[in-house]
Amino acid sequence: MNPGQVRLAIIITYLLLLLGLGFIASRSFSGTKKDYLLASHSIGPFLLLMSVFGTTMTAFALVGSTGEAFKEGIGVYGMLASSSGIIHSLCFFVIGVKIYSFGRKYGYTTQIQFFRDRLESDLIGVLLFPILVGLVIPYLLIGVMASGTVIQAMTAGAFPDWSSFAALKPDGTPSPMHGGVPTWLGSAGICVVVLIYVFFGGMRGTAWANAFQTIVFMVLGVVTFVSLANKIGGQETLFESLKAASAKVSESHVTRSEMSMTKFLTYMLIPLSVGMFPHLFQHWLTAKSARSFKLSVVCHPVFIMIVWAPCVLIGIWATTQNIPPTVSANGVLAFLVKAKLSTWLAGLLTAGILAAIMSSLDSQFLCVGSMFTNDIVEHYVGKERLSDTAQVWIARAFVILVVAVTYVLSLQGYKSVFTLGVWCFSGFASLFPLVFAALYWRRLTAAGALSAVLAMVGSWLYFFRDSGWGENTKYAIKLPFGEGVEVMPVLAIFLCTLVAMVATSWLTKPPSDKTLAKFFGS
Amino acid sequence: MKTVLWILIAFLIVAHQDFWNWNDGTLVLGFIPIGLAYHMGISMGAGIVWFLMCNLAWPRHLDEIESDETTGAQS
Repeated sequence: MNPGQVRLAIIITYLLLLLGLGFIASRSFSGTKKDYLLASHSIGPFLLLMSVFGTTMTAFALVGSTGEAFKEGIGVYGMLASSSGIIHSLCFFVIGVKIYSFGRKYGYTTQIQFFRDRLESDLIGVLLFPILVGLVIPYLLIGVMASGTVIQAMTAGAFPDWSSFAALKPDGTPSPMHGGVPTWLGSAGICVVVLIYVFFGGMRGTAWANAFQTIVFMVLGVVTFVSLANKIGGQETLFESLKAASAKVSESHVTRSEMSMTKFLTYMLIPLSVGMFPHLFQHWLTAKSARSFKLSVVCHPVFIMIVWAPCVLIGIWATTQNIPPTVSANGVLAFLVKAKLSTWLAGLLTAGILAAIMSSLDSQFLCVGSMFTNDIVEHYVGKERLSDTAQVWIARAFVILVVAVTYVLSLQGYKSVFTLGVWCFSGFASLFPLVFAALYWRRLTAAGALSAVLAMVGSWLYFFRDSGWGENTKYAIKLPFGEGVEVMPVLAIFLCTLVAMVATSWLTKPPSDKTLAKFFGS
Repeated sequence: MKTVLWILIAFLIVAHQDFWNWNDGTLVLGFIPIGLAYHMGISMGAGIVWFLMCNLAWPRHLDEIESDETTGAQS
């Protein structure tokens, strides 16, 4: 077997293991909708921690963090990792626990059910459904496209004589991807595996698979870091190798000298997106009790550090290696692993990267299915007219539809899909005031919430258009306070949403006493 | 105690904007750039503060929730 075939065999073995896990999870399935979508509120602290962490960490955590550090230096850690450590746990503590308590008490499965009830408005659901689904789909695309790219890069050279695996440059000579599994096939394989364990295992299968995959990508990330440090540093001990590897890095990559301070500051708002992610909302509701959240709240910042810090160091070390200009920033980790480490370790790391991707994809697929079943079908057709079994099958059918649509969209090959990801996060983050106010502000009204959503959509579209629909990957709003004073568009969108929500709520009639008593006590 | 812990969270958010490390290229332990080491410290600090928060300011009244689905999700 050539190295490409060995790596492919490791990837296939890993995917079969996942299917096995999905099969075992499906044997615990009781057949009810609550069990399929919420695992009957049976997820304890450890599983909740691993499944929520796996869901929030995408391919960006391993591949993107290395690539961004390679391009921009160490600042990427503070911009995305340490800020998320504080803010994600804040969202779990302030939003997650409270949402769980209402969800458990009043039987919610989706965000829209909560908002409809809290705001006494059907319209808020009609408005939020397409917006939430619209923001999740590009996020799904990132995972599906990244999986195809990673598989092709790591299996390159496996079957150089197979015409369907050919990857040629415009001049007809083989490209570095030649002989690897084509992206359309790699993406399709990942979609099918995720679909199978979500289809049969539901939320329980998803939580088990996420926990397993989180352990896989955390362990393999650390193993890769130690192995690469020894190879790049080239000294007798690990500590000496670490010092030798960092000593050669340029000043611009060990500092943040080329990064805007105000942009860094406003990046702090992006992790607030976690408060409005529909797939996390559903994961929160799987908890056995409110106490189950404690482990997630405490360990999440430390887990982020364990995954991100090694990747950022590898990224800055890569600047001292001879990386060919044809390798993109997101391909740096794969290039180093292939060039410096054994075929086996490279294959295992590929499994780790795919684990990070799939642990997000599964929850997102399932949550879109849940939203369609609960917020559209059950809401408009009526709970009493559909059996539990029928609702499970509707959710499954919609999951298949979403996977198919996402896969077809991924074949279009959007170049700026990673930038689209940041735009999606900005949209979710700007809706944070809505969920916060719904939980803590008695005066929030349906009109205030509708204004907030419309203000978010309007301002988001304005700035997205201004960035050339995502073409300008360095887009920021320049402030008239001097050179380099710029902020992320999320700040402006967030403020528009907040002002619209507060002003409209004050001008309109407060919610009924019955609703206030239901959500705020007396 | 709860107020003190929320002040600590606010302090972490303010301390996150470490402009004083911006152009400092010192390597802590000889291999971690100080800007990275500092933010790893912020991550550890966040873990500690959230640990205290979960133990000293946990909303205990939410621990035992009774299901009341009859007045719940609209359908």
